[in-house]
Amino acid sequence: MSQKIKELKKIANKIRKLIIQMVSRAGSGHPGGSLSSVEIITCLFFEVMRHNPKDPYWPDRDRFHLSKGHTCPALYAALALCGYFPEEKLWTLRKLGSILQGHPDRRTPGVDVASGSLGQGLSVAVGMALAARLDKKDYRVYCLMGDGEIQEGNIWEAAMSAAHFKLDNLCGIVDYNRFQIDGRVEEVMNLEPLVNKWEAFGWHVISCDGHNIEELLEAFGEAKSIKQKPTVIIAHTVKGKGVSFMEHVVDFHGRAPNEKETKIALEELEKIGKLLEEKNEEF
Amino acid sequence: MKNSEEYLYARDIYGETLVELGKKDPNIVVLDADLSSSTRTVKFGKVFPERFFNFGVAEQNMFATAAGLASCGKTVFVSTFAMFATARALDQIRNTICYNDFNVKIVATHAGITVGEDGSSHQALEDIGFLRCIPNMKIIVPCDAWEAKDAVLAAYNIKGPFYVRLGRAKVPTVKEKKKFVFGKGYILQEGEDIAILACGIMVYFSLKAAQILKEKGIKATVVNLHTIKPLDEELVVEMAKKHKALFVCEEHQVIGGLYSAVCEVLATYHPKKVISIAVKNRFGQSGAPSELLKEYGLTPEDIVNRVEETLQG
Repeated sequence: MSQKIKELKKIANKIRKLIIQMVSRAGSGHPGGSLSSVEIITCLFFEVMRHNPKDPYWPDRDRFHLSKGHTCPALYAALALCGYFPEEKLWTLRKLGSILQGHPDRRTPGVDVASGSLGQGLSVAVGMALAARLDKKDYRVYCLMGDGEIQEGNIWEAAMSAAHFKLDNLCGIVDYNRFQIDGRVEEVMNLEPLVNKWEAFGWHVISCDGHNIEELLEAFGEAKSIKQKPTVIIAHTVKGKGVSFMEHVVDFHGRAPNEKETKIALEELEKIGKLLEEKNEEF
Repeated sequence: MKNSEEYLYARDIYGETLVELGKKDPNIVVLDADLSSSTRTVKFGKVFPERFFNFGVAEQNMFATAAGLASCGKTVFVSTFAMFATARALDQIRNTICYNDFNVKIVATHAGITVGEDGSSHQALEDIGFLRCIPNMKIIVPCDAWEAKDAVLAAYNIKGPFYVRLGRAKVPTVKEKKKFVFGKGYILQEGEDIAILACGIMVYFSLKAAQILKEKGIKATVVNLHTIKPLDEELVVEMAKKHKALFVCEEHQVIGGLYSAVCEVLATYHPKKVISIAVKNRFGQSGAPSELLKEYGLTPEDIVNRVEETLQG
């Protein structure tokens, strides 16, 4: 395993611990979908995207828009680790006056557009991608969507328009963790055949394991090389990934772990962290 | 006098104003949802095809995309019919445009009952109500085509989201108009008995009503309250203090529009009897605009009747 991949795995593990601590201290939030998106966010912020935490409004920065706004703990942890704001701020999540709202908004350095009301983010990303074209800038736009979220009609309006405008500077990612608040996605409102849907809307589609850093980096690389059409990465993930009792458990979509659960979760993640520190090629 | 009156489409002037602004400012982008020939944004699209985007019949996407463009520094004009610009995309306007306080200027056409034959589905009578309670949103209802130009320029010059409400039909130019200042109403004519506060096409009708009232010995002040939000509270209170009764005229539902805005202010600062001339909690229907104005009680004669009833009562 290359040093780079190992470093990214360590960062992902750190982000997971921060998510558990943040949501636990806040007493509410969405750990399940935050944990499932960790590798995607890690790859983007620590390898793929061109950005500068010291200059959050740098006009040439790549844009990241978290359309599935409820999983902002993952984003906030990544932004803090990048240096957009001090890590201590993470403990103010969801508190009165905090720069870290329950759903993202512009008071957080590194957040360009608020989200939270699902289904609008891909349109926002289309707007950013069109602006890049108008300004003759080469920045790329990344938009992370939830699987339940793409049941919204607005997403498919946006999908149609992104292909129509041939936005090859736009890359969507679907965090396909297969659970939404009311249960399994396939039971609540089935999305399949999902690859065919995006293809039919004119997108280049890449499916990958959303927890496999190598596969994700390869997917982002491929997305960059595709011309004349937008790319969507369907990232197959596990809701609650990394914490044994949260994995595939719908209850943790929108519930904070209690004290005991927090302790166990952190112990588990600590173990993974230790293994990563050792020269263990399995991790 | 009648023969010399000028009737114009406010949307024609809007389209021309967009082209003027587009020439001055390369940062302006215009979006439409398959109604560009009706809203007249097509005029801009023809001159600046690279800065004009047609989203097809997909308003939610258009409005959220406008936010994305604005987040990258663009000044975005977005147009469609008032019905679809507000009701259909309300969540996008509230959460993604207004909450971020983005430079998105919504100029909607085909508002009000005078849409005519297309009927209820296309006659936006609730649009001001939908938008008025959203923080950061600013709302202008110009009285004629030339004031529409002033409104568009104000929306361009002032930071943040705007809603400019235009109609479908040709509208008479109000000759007595004063200089447009955003957020400030103005007095078109003064009379000591009652005051008529109006916006949009109702300003012209209010002046007509005032003329008839004058012949009947009732002296009316007529005020153009083109800016619904922020409302010129000072002027409203002043009018309440100076007159026996206030009459508020609008081509909108009685709930949520100018009447509501005026009453909110007066309930706080100067409680007073205020009469509404508006659509009374009914949906519209097909018909000629002139027939509909009569059916829904929005003609100068209706204003006169309400004034007389009130003063006699």
